[in-house]
Amino acid sequence: MKFSGTMMELGCIRQFAHIVGSLARLSKVCVLRITRTHLYFIINEPGTVHRAPGLWAELDLGHYFSAVTMAGVSEEHNEIFLEFEPDKLSGTLRHLQVPECQCPTLKIKLSKKLSPCLTLEMQMSTPGQWFTTSQSCHSPGDSGNLYQEPEMPQFTTSIYLPPLKKVRHVVERMKNLAANLTLSANRKGTLVLSITSDTASVSTYFRKLSMPTWDMEGGPSQGDDQQLYSATVEIKKLLSFLAGEQIGPSKVICNIVEDRMIHMFLLHDDVTLQYFLPATRST
Amino acid sequence: MNFRDQANVVLSPSGIKVTVENAKCAQANAFIESDMFQEYEIEEEMVIFKLNLTSWIECLNIFGGGTSGAATTSLKMRYRGHGYPLVLELEEDGVVTDCEINTEEPEDTLDFDFFSTGIMNKVIMRSECLKEVFTDLDVTSEMVEIIMSPEAPFFRVSTFGNYGTSQTEISTESEMVEHFECKQTLKQRYRLALLKPSMKPLSAALKVSVRMDARGFLCLQFMIKTDNHHICFIEYFCCPEEEEGDD
Repeated sequence: MKFSGTMMELGCIRQFAHIVGSLARLSKVCVLRITRTHLYFIINEPGTVHRAPGLWAELDLGHYFSAVTMAGVSEEHNEIFLEFEPDKLSGTLRHLQVPECQCPTLKIKLSKKLSPCLTLEMQMSTPGQWFTTSQSCHSPGDSGNLYQEPEMPQFTTSIYLPPLKKVRHVVERMKNLAANLTLSANRKGTLVLSITSDTASVSTYFRKLSMPTWDMEGGPSQGDDQQLYSATVEIKKLLSFLAGEQIGPSKVICNIVEDRMIHMFLLHDDVTLQYFLPATRST
Repeated sequence: MNFRDQANVVLSPSGIKVTVENAKCAQANAFIESDMFQEYEIEEEMVIFKLNLTSWIECLNIFGGGTSGAATTSLKMRYRGHGYPLVLELEEDGVVTDCEINTEEPEDTLDFDFFSTGIMNKVIMRSECLKEVFTDLDVTSEMVEIIMSPEAPFFRVSTFGNYGTSQTEISTESEMVEHFECKQTLKQRYRLALLKPSMKPLSAALKVSVRMDARGFLCLQFMIKTDNHHICFIEYFCCPEEEEGDD
């Protein structure tokens, strides 16, 4: 098991730090999977539908790292699985985001001492001056099953979300009124966020949103275009995902599996983030 | 003024009045005149109901309440009558929010009967002046004593805290004071906790009028100018504390 990679571009480092930062908000432990071409961050939430992960982030290795050396567990399974604490990693990366940082370079290495260690070497303002931190981590069990790429769920409806900042603002207000929020969408480009409490019921309508075209099995089946399909989720969890706007996604797709799950898809040039939110109850 | 969750709302042809009460000792009233609305229609002379003020405020702020810069939010409110919810329709940049706020039977509100008993003392000043006095109040003091008088010290606010007594006086000649009219020396104590909620409207206000009637009831009236140069008023009534006899 061997891995080392170097990141030179400030933009890449910043985005990498943002991604790790959003992982830290979502979970205490996270699994890092490294293959020849990609880097994956996976958060598994117990009790999700089809054992789908809570989050699945996919980063293009070539885009982020120059000089990569990588060797997996064996020839057949040429990949690495590691469990680490994103909170600690995020704390370390924060040092690189200070504006005085003149010639930022980030090296990530996997070293094996007594247990596997994730080592970060950072060069900040002075060339040649390195700042090193290590974090011990361990290989998760049952990696074969739990951490495979999730299947695209059989969603009932799929829609592009309006700017996340706008959505987040509405959701934040709604959080003060209720614990659960219902997301509904139809195939005409309407998205509805609604809550109901003892004192009030509120619905926000986003209209004329565009919709992704899926030419695959499991895509939306035929039916009434106006019909709204919905799933109810915990507002707190939804909000922690919406904080992912920092990555500055170019597109966010929201897939609704009626009454069961919400599947969010953040698309960026070299990152995709998938987020699975189980429904709290069927209505 | 949402220091309590529940508020009474009175709709009448002249506008909307929202009333919040605290322990039957203090009362805040906000008046939103019908001029504030581009359109205002009402069929009955007066409609009263109670609702959850926090929910109402959250709904009104759903798009950020005008802080989001260039975008302007439009609001339409409807109430069909007894037993129906108050319906709000907000729109910003093509995004629409519908809210239904459940209404309840109104609570009896206190009638402070302030104006009939004769207002003895009245001071109108710029709000910054009173704001400074109020923010500097000693929080360890349970009571606040206000003296209003036609002779010195004219207007004095005192607290009696753990670390000693503090007094602030405002002279009639102060540039901050716009109008001073006192007929009689009145000295009254009010619970600081009861006065506290008045801080919020005070910070939004342009001017404030402090009045006291012969019974020692305090009335603070705040004049608030909205972004569109409409004037709104918030009134805050507070009961005096019974004298303990040593004065």
